[in-house]
Formats: sequence, structure tokens, C-alpha cells
Amino acid sequence: MSGDETGILLLSVKVAFAGLAASLPPGIAVAFVLARKRFPGKTLFDAFVHLPLVLPPVVVGYVLLVLFGTQGPIGRLLEPLGIVFAFRWTGAALAAAIMGFPLLVRAIRLAMEAVDPRIELAARTLGASRTRVFFTVTLPLSISGIATGGLLSFARALGEFGATITFVSNIPGETRTLPLAIYSFTQVPGGDAQAMRLALFSVLLSLAALAFSEWLVRRSPASAHHA
Amino acid sequence: MLEVDVAVPRGKFRLHAAFSSDAPIVALFGRSGSGKTTLVNAIAGVVRPERGRIVIGERVLFDSARGIDLAPEKRRVGYVFQDALLFPHLSVRANLAYGERLTPPAQRFVDGERVLALLGIRELLDRNPVSLSGGEKQRVAIGRALMASPRILLLDEPLASLDGARKAEILAYIELLRDELRLPMVYVSHALEEVTRLADRVVVIAEGRVIAEGPAAEALSRAHMGALTGRFDEGAVIEARVATHDARFELTTLAFVGGELVVPNLDALPGEPVRVRVRARDVSLALARPSGITIQNVLEGNVVSIGHEFGAIVDVHLRIGETGLTARITRKAASNLAMVPGSRVFGMVKAVSIDRRSVGFA
Repeated sequence: MSGDETGILLLSVKVAFAGLAASLPPGIAVAFVLARKRFPGKTLFDAFVHLPLVLPPVVVGYVLLVLFGTQGPIGRLLEPLGIVFAFRWTGAALAAAIMGFPLLVRAIRLAMEAVDPRIELAARTLGASRTRVFFTVTLPLSISGIATGGLLSFARALGEFGATITFVSNIPGETRTLPLAIYSFTQVPGGDAQAMRLALFSVLLSLAALAFSEWLVRRSPASAHHA
Repeated sequence: MLEVDVAVPRGKFRLHAAFSSDAPIVALFGRSGSGKTTLVNAIAGVVRPERGRIVIGERVLFDSARGIDLAPEKRRVGYVFQDALLFPHLSVRANLAYGERLTPPAQRFVDGERVLALLGIRELLDRNPVSLSGGEKQRVAIGRALMASPRILLLDEPLASLDGARKAEILAYIELLRDELRLPMVYVSHALEEVTRLADRVVVIAEGRVIAEGPAAEALSRAHMGALTGRFDEGAVIEARVATHDARFELTTLAFVGGELVVPNLDALPGEPVRVRVRARDVSLALARPSGITIQNVLEGNVVSIGHEFGAIVDVHLRIGETGLTARITRKAASNLAMVPGSRVFGMVKAVSIDRRSVGFA
């Protein structure tokens, strides 16, 4: 593997992990709200969460550019705090997080809906507050859904192209992740072999992520319960 | 002392129930769908009554007039569900420790070692809940509730999902807990046998109302229980004491106010109080004391009332001394014998019709 390739691979993994790490807490929170709460406008909220799944990625990237660009309403607010997304790898991670978000929420929500609410009630009669029940009962029993959702969102992040290139462009070493690099190589004469090698790495990386999430599901004690 | 007086809206009807008890075990008895579970849910705080009051001892758990509504985790009410509901991701040990850890040390009064011994669950500590049998699960669930040192233990149909042998096993454990721990219990059931055996006080619930409440014998012997128990099981409950054992024929004689009852050998000491359920269909009547018969129990008494006289069957309510007894006979037989309230009759009960399941130790 050449130094360039290693750099591209590491950047892709960094972007995907950062995107996953950033979207996991809000993803779990949104999944819990959708699984357990009833409120007016829930259908609308649900649709909004699923929007990145149905919108063309380029549109998502464009909206991010408008909102989080240095002149955008959010980007302008964050810049003095030292948080910059535009044309940085953090922007690629943000795009990856948002594109993977619906997949993450969906899997976790399904797992949480499968948790018997009466088990949560049993925990409360034993003296546990709502918050404690969430962290000691609901969350551990949803671990298989969290692993599945995490994998889907991670894989989606590794493959993210349209939103990334629109939002943060294709800057080598900063925002040029695997798909962008493969695309770039196919655009230059004689880049086919390079593109092929990177495509192979992409396959291996995805398989590794799949194996890891399987392992996570299997080692969770709750898996016996769901079996 | 447990005092409950609540109104809870509940789908097609409104549960409106009031009862109080200071008995070791009070049973909420009624058909499924009568509102029993809603009532214990209200006590546990997982269902919020529209209005009313729930008090355990000096502690007000709920009082709509004073705006008090303690969260379930603040009520210190142990709740054992029909299907155990153990935490599947935790070992038996961690299940048992869950509530104990959350109880402030100053409020812990239940000795963990004692609970393990009483329920026979020490061997299960390192097991996974999924690997336990139904009876084991239920014992762990009872243990888990006890370890949180509750002020009261609610048992909602704890035997409903178990087979016959397991039922008997858990019943014996519950009796043991009642005698050893002195923790008041609310036992919800639609099974007359369980209620007869365990409860000192019974609250009969139908369609969201309390229709009878009182000492077990009294509440369960009320007329027109047929609607609740099914005609097959209707009968009277007699409060008695073990009098003597006949070792040679393996029989036990029970004494009650007004007579004696011979039953197959009971494993109990003379003087021990027992409750016996005598099914109405196991009682036959004669106008004169019969002789030359195999029936061991011939009880002299008077007819108090005769049930509705239509169809083939009537229930004749007797008084044997101070004790009530019901005989289910054909309308034809009642007519042939010209029975009227006040008639002197002899009620006959085969000893073998009273099995272990009909007897409860008070």
C-alpha cells in the first residue's frame, strides 16, 4: 500500500468514525423518542428524520453548504468558536453523519420497540428512576439494534459521495475520502489500476465493519433473549 | 394497614374500588378483565388513578385531594408480575441485586441470605434468566422484589403461566414467606384454590367494582359466586382447626363451630387453623340421619335459604351450627323432600372429595 493510499484509507475511516460518534447520542435519543413517546407532529418529525434517505445526496450537501458554509447562518455563528466545517474533514464527517442518521435511528428504534415496556416498569418498581431505567435496561437490551444501526451508518459514511463533494469539495488529504479518490482516479488517464486497488480496500473495509458489528451483536447477552 | 380507594378510567369501564386490609395476605379475586391488575398497577404507581387515595401504613402513596402521587421508584412496593419479567441481559445475581442496590442502606431490612435460602435460589445465582424454568424464574422474580426491602409485596397472578407441579411449589414458597417475613402481600388471582389456600382476607372484584370484601370464609361463601367462579367450583369455605389424626386409616379430623369434618390425612399439627373449601356439588342432603353408608361426614343443620328455583339445579344454603354450607341438588330432589327454609337436614360430604388443594393453612 502506498503512502497516499494509506492516507486516503485513514481519512475515510476517521471521517466515518467521527460521523458515527457524533450521530450516535442524538440517534439514540431520537430513536427512543420515536419508539416510546407520543406527541403532536410525530409523523412530521419521523419524516424529517428520514429525509436524508430519500433526498438526492447532492441536495443534502447543498443545504449543508448553505447552512454551514463560512457565510451560512450556522457556519457564521460557529466560526468564532473555532468550529469550521466548510472544506474541512469535519465537514465530510458532518455530511456522513447526516446521510447515515436515518439508518442509525431506524435500527435502534426497532430494537427499542422490541423491549417489553413492562420490564422497564419492573425496574421502576425496584427503585430506578426513568433515567436509570433507560441506561440500565432499555439501552443494554437495544444493543443489537445499536450495533446494526451503527454498522449501517458507518458503511453509509464510507460510501458517502454526493453530499461530501458538494459540501466540502474534493481536497486531497482533507476531504478526499475513498469514494472521492476512486472517482478522481477514474477521471485521469492511466488511473484505472489505482481506482481498482482502492475499490478493493473499500470492499475489505466494509467486510471488516460487518464482522465487527456481528461480533458485537453475538457477544451481547440480550441476543439469547431475542433468539 | 393497606387502604385503597381509587377511580381509574380503563377502556370500556371505569374501575372504582375501595378496600382496606391489615391481613398478612389479602387476595384480589375476580375473573380476568375484572380490573384486578389495574388495581395493583395503581398501588404500584404504574397506572395513575383519576382520583382517590392509596395509603400503606402511615405512608400516603397517592392522594388526589392533596396532590400526592409518588413515582413508582419512590413507593417501595415490590411487584411480582405474571411472567416474572426478569432482566434478560443480567445474571440472576445481578437481577437480585438491582433493587437492593437502589435501596438506601438505612431502609434495607430484608436479609439477602435469608431470601436466597427461603426461595431456594442460591444455586441459580450465576445462571442466565433465559436458562431458568418457569418456576425458577418466578422464584427469582419474588426474590428480586424482596431484596429491595419493600413495604408490601404485590403478586399479580404469579402462578398463571406455570404448570400444576410448579404452581404447588410456588404456593408453598409464598406460604413460607408469609410466615417468615411478616411482609403484607396483595395476591391477585382468578383461581379459587389459590385464594382459599393463601388469603386471610378476600376482596372480590367484578367489572371494576368490589362486590364482596371480608375474611376469606365470609367473602368466598357469599351467594351467587357462581358468576365469578364458574358453576363447577361454587361452594362454601369452612374455618376449622385440626383436631385429631387417625394413623391407622390415615385420616384427619377437623373441628369447626357446629361439627367435625373427616378428610384424608393432612400434614398439620393438632390445633392448627385451616380453611377448607367444600364444593356445593360434593354435598348431598337427607332428611333423616342415614346409616349404612360410606360417607364419612354427616352434618346436622338447618336450611337457611334455597336458591333460584328454575332449571334442573338448585343451591340449598345450610347452617351447621355457626358455619355455612351449600348443597347443590336437583330441583326435583328438593321438591320431593319438601325442603323449606328452617327444615332440619343432614348434609353429607365424602371425605375424598376434599383433597389437598381444597385446604389452606390459615
